Amino acid sequence: MKIHEYQAKELLRKYNVPTPRGEVAETPEQVREIAERFGGVVAVKAQVHIGGRGKAGGIKVAKNPEEAEEKARQILGMDIKGFTVNKVLVEEGIDIKEEYYLGVIVDREAGRNAVMVSSAGGMDIEEVAAETPEKIAKAWAYPGRGLLPFQINRLIFDAGINPAVRKEAAQFLRALFDCYLGVDATLAEINPLVVTGDGKVIAADAKIDIDDNAMFRHPDLEAYRDEEGAENPLDAEARRRGINYVHLGGEVGIIGNGAGLVMATLDEVKRAGGNAANFLDIGGGAQADLVANSLDLVLSDPNVKGVVFNIFGGITRGDEVAKGILEGVGRLDVKVPIVVRLTGTNEEEGRAILRGSQVIPAETMQEAAREIVRRSRE
Amino acid sequence: MSILLNKETKVIVQAITGREGGFHARLMKEYGTQVVGGVTPGKGRQTVLDDVPVFNTVKQAVEETGATASCIFVRAEHNAADAVMEAADAQVPLIVCITEGIPQQDMVKAVDFVKQQGVRLIGGNCPGLITPGDAKIGIMPGHIHTPGPVGIVSRSGTLTYEVVVNLSRVGIGQTTVVGIGGDPILGTRFVDVLPLFEADPETKAVVLCGEIGGSDEEVAAEYIKSMTKPVVSFISGRTAPEGKRMGHAGAIISGRSGTPQAKVDALNAAGATVADSLADIPDMVQKLLS
Repeated sequence: MKIHEYQAKELLRKYNVPTPRGEVAETPEQVREIAERFGGVVAVKAQVHIGGRGKAGGIKVAKNPEEAEEKARQILGMDIKGFTVNKVLVEEGIDIKEEYYLGVIVDREAGRNAVMVSSAGGMDIEEVAAETPEKIAKAWAYPGRGLLPFQINRLIFDAGINPAVRKEAAQFLRALFDCYLGVDATLAEINPLVVTGDGKVIAADAKIDIDDNAMFRHPDLEAYRDEEGAENPLDAEARRRGINYVHLGGEVGIIGNGAGLVMATLDEVKRAGGNAANFLDIGGGAQADLVANSLDLVLSDPNVKGVVFNIFGGITRGDEVAKGILEGVGRLDVKVPIVVRLTGTNEEEGRAILRGSQVIPAETMQEAAREIVRRSRE
Repeated sequence: MSILLNKETKVIVQAITGREGGFHARLMKEYGTQVVGGVTPGKGRQTVLDDVPVFNTVKQAVEETGATASCIFVRAEHNAADAVMEAADAQVPLIVCITEGIPQQDMVKAVDFVKQQGVRLIGGNCPGLITPGDAKIGIMPGHIHTPGPVGIVSRSGTLTYEVVVNLSRVGIGQTTVVGIGGDPILGTRFVDVLPLFEADPETKAVVLCGEIGGSDEEVAAEYIKSMTKPVVSFISGRTAPEGKRMGHAGAIISGRSGTPQAKVDALNAAGATVADSLADIPDMVQKLLS
């Protein structure tokens, strides 16, 4: 789960990670009021779930409350790569002397948490990693033991952090790592980490992703979920209905069981010359209800000109899926073609159920993909 | 011959009294797997599936049954990672974790613990493994598999079934099929399974089914360079856009990492023929076998 910068900073403060004083606002008037209380220079920052806010004009500095209100008027409601800005974070200006990059991620290959520190602060870290990897100091925390003091020390020296703020930086790193583990993050990125003129080490920006699989033990973080301004309202609707759906924007709706198989179906549709409208995995052991509900969701996408089902029965039973398809078709007055490839457990029963309906059967997934692409163009 | 699993393997099922655990324990038994026991704390001394004893702890189950493998159905929120570590602590040589949705930090700890104990973990979030005609540990439909010369290793369940059916249809059977799982943190990766197939005299060719996300396919490609056996590979999700997680927690292209092109290039360079479509795999394997 992605959370906003202001939410990430709330979490950081709970773990004693230094952040600038800031408050979130939804109107220009609120922004002005906050700026008045803070006094002096403030930054007004768009809160959206997408990178590149600065370049898109979503982060602006204001010298006084009037200017802050004006900047907020520009930023609130603006569109950043398809995301509408509904909230801004107003922060006290900070006196930036040096900038660093600091990131903690789950390293898949190492099977451990990796901590990265770089003097190339404020830059795209992937670019730095590709072009000048020597500028990134890395350490891997020991599972159960955590990030050890000598590792923190080495990170600081290897990254070339100003020795004058060594203690503050070490404290910052330790607190950040504790926060990362404490909230079950899969990513915690501070870019830039700022050293101020008076020697403070502070998180100027913050990005934290929470592990969806761990949400069951952080019910309090559920309040941070923000579907507003999400890529597509269908994604939000899918989450409400508990359907594993990803909106992709093409014209061929795709429903299947198992993530790998559904992905392969997207690829086949593309090979056949079509574009996938979505990814939808009904998972293992789906009942008719979920299938009908899934079809309903896919068909609510106005771009969809046809739907293909690719079902390989294992735990999932062919007859259950077929029932669900008929139920959905009956309920919805479907005008677009529906091609169904059904094999595996109870395939005969499933095919028998679909016989005589408007549903078009296909033998293989390749045939199904070609068929739906052809028919969705008619 | 086969890898990891055969008729001799003695399997216990953790959470055997649960809905999924009980259901699949029965299917495993029907397939011919030696299901020698189950574990559910608090339900020890019961008997399920006619003659399978239930124990309160893995340690006890191993002591009484001599189990050499464990299949875990404990739910994520009931601490599946702890169940993995319990099996590792009891020195179960092969642990197969079917559970999906385990928090990544739990897996980081569990995978590290398993390594320290010197045992093998497959999964989580995996379908398990099967040696056709001999035994299966996991949830795959047994009947689609046939014994034969091809080893299969895959990150995805139903996708693997698709490959198996296509191969079986043209008369190409499998030595062992291993589903390693779709999570970012896994007990066993491609590169851990490939050497086993390379060393298995019965396996004549290998099919590797990867997908977008991570760099396991690239790491596998490095190893494939040194293999004497031919490898056919497939990458699922080649048309998926960046930044969208495709069902599996591990299936996401983030920035420069996990792109299908990098995987296809690495596999091609290693001589592991990449199939553009699943439908092409049987022909490609057939050619390599003859």
